[in-house]
Amino acid sequence: MLAGSRSLPLLTVIAAIIAVWYLAAVWLNSPWQLDRYEKAGVDWSFSQLVDDTLDQKRPVLPAAHQVIEEIWKTTVLKRITSKRSLVYHTWITLSATMLGFIFGTLLGVFLAVLIVHNRAVDKSMMPWVIASQTIPILAIAPMIIVVLNAVGISGLLPKAFISTYLSFFPVVVGMVKGLRSPDASQLDLMRTYNASNQQMFWKLRWPSSMPYLFTSLKVAVAISLVGAIVGELPTGAVAGLGARLLAGSYYGQTIQIWSALFAAAALAATLVMLVGLVDRMVMKRMGFVSGREG
Amino acid sequence: MNGKTKTVVSAEKLSLIFETNDGPVHALSEVDLEVKKGEFVSFIGPSGCGKTTFLRVIADLEQPTSGDILVNDMTPEEARKKRAYGYVFQAAGLYPWRTIERNIGLPLEIMGYDKAEQDKRIAQTLELVNLTGFEKKFPWQLSGGMQQRASIARALAFDADLLLMDEPFGALDEIVRDHLNEQLLQLWGRTNKTICFVTHSIPEAVYLSTKIVVMSPRPGRIYEVIESNLPRERSLDIRESRVFLEIAHQVRDGLKAGHSYDE
Repeated sequence: MLAGSRSLPLLTVIAAIIAVWYLAAVWLNSPWQLDRYEKAGVDWSFSQLVDDTLDQKRPVLPAAHQVIEEIWKTTVLKRITSKRSLVYHTWITLSATMLGFIFGTLLGVFLAVLIVHNRAVDKSMMPWVIASQTIPILAIAPMIIVVLNAVGISGLLPKAFISTYLSFFPVVVGMVKGLRSPDASQLDLMRTYNASNQQMFWKLRWPSSMPYLFTSLKVAVAISLVGAIVGELPTGAVAGLGARLLAGSYYGQTIQIWSALFAAAALAATLVMLVGLVDRMVMKRMGFVSGREG
Repeated sequence: MNGKTKTVVSAEKLSLIFETNDGPVHALSEVDLEVKKGEFVSFIGPSGCGKTTFLRVIADLEQPTSGDILVNDMTPEEARKKRAYGYVFQAAGLYPWRTIERNIGLPLEIMGYDKAEQDKRIAQTLELVNLTGFEKKFPWQLSGGMQQRASIARALAFDADLLLMDEPFGALDEIVRDHLNEQLLQLWGRTNKTICFVTHSIPEAVYLSTKIVVMSPRPGRIYEVIESNLPRERSLDIRESRVFLEIAHQVRDGLKAGHSYDE
């Protein structure tokens, strides 16, 4: 009963989205279709118009079943080593995402530790950290690719660096807050034990920051993916979801674009879910009450 | 030792002024006090009388502006570095990610006791505060009173002869508080520790103490020190006795005379 009461609203929303989608597809694709009819001089009925607008090769807005069909064809029906396989492209993007996410996490934690332990770093570093995020990634991504290419680094790493550039930020912000979360009496307690700075860090600050870290990691992993995709756009469209998007837009392959978009969305959802899963496991192990859902 | 009782805390003309945006606040003004080994000293007074501040000066968590203070014949800083005292805060402040036994083991880990010694002491102190059987529980699985007992155990686990308690039972209801007071007295009797205890409650102060320090605010100072002649071993029933009521009356008079009631 509980499952039913939860899934009913969800299904309603999905049904509404699909309905709007199909209406929009018919509406947006019909001008071109009507043009065709006129040129060919054929009579047309409304139901025929609907059929045809949902079955164009390069529609303005592809219908859901066209996208699903494309995804099916490019995943299950293709060998994953094929350049046309969506799994292959997803893997390329995923590897850059993961590498960038790991770099970003390490960099973010490292900076947060410096910021919390050193006032000078706090004052001098934080404005730069924030400034770094005000630069549009689309502007800086080609620069990173070009500069790294000039020094002989190409392929996976430049894309990973762009992911790093985006993903370190939420980690720094979250970890600074987390490492500072112990209250005055918890710090005083450590002082009464004459604890060293290291003990203070590992026994108090670090465990206190874990809930903050995982919240940040969920954001970080999602924008790592954005970074990797953006990083693929200026690389000359060789491989990856970004390349698929770019190639699709060159050749007006809207169905290909939409299937790549869906693959990216599914990938993002999966990554966030995985981080959430690790989060719950760690929190349970650490004895935090399972009050933090989602 | 040697027949003469050792002085654990001695303060002389101790003053502490906090500089705030609204001007200086005299948290402590010319405080003189001696605490002997094995005493149970309560500090009572309204908010702002400096009782917590005094405890924090003993613990080297605040620095006095002027005057002298010695803890075990050392400066508070030296005493803290020698781990001369255990401090119990108003909030239990157990680490939520540690089980009860690992919370109690925290100071032992920091102070570098080996694993076997840690386990031994954890078991001992858990028994001392009647929490045996709760080793593997996380703090949130325990009631407020049990959490506070665990925090006392944490302060008892290492060899500090001095126990500083800052309103440890302030947030608990009266029934739990009575119970914990009784247990604290038993514990004090068994361990022969020196206890400095900050409280707001007159009955609590009289029931627990051998010496009651009545403090008054603005500037924070000691108004009166009342020696209690109640026997060291006391049951809760002693609170109905004439002697108890007389001491309580004396404390209340002291608070009144120290302008603690005019707000």
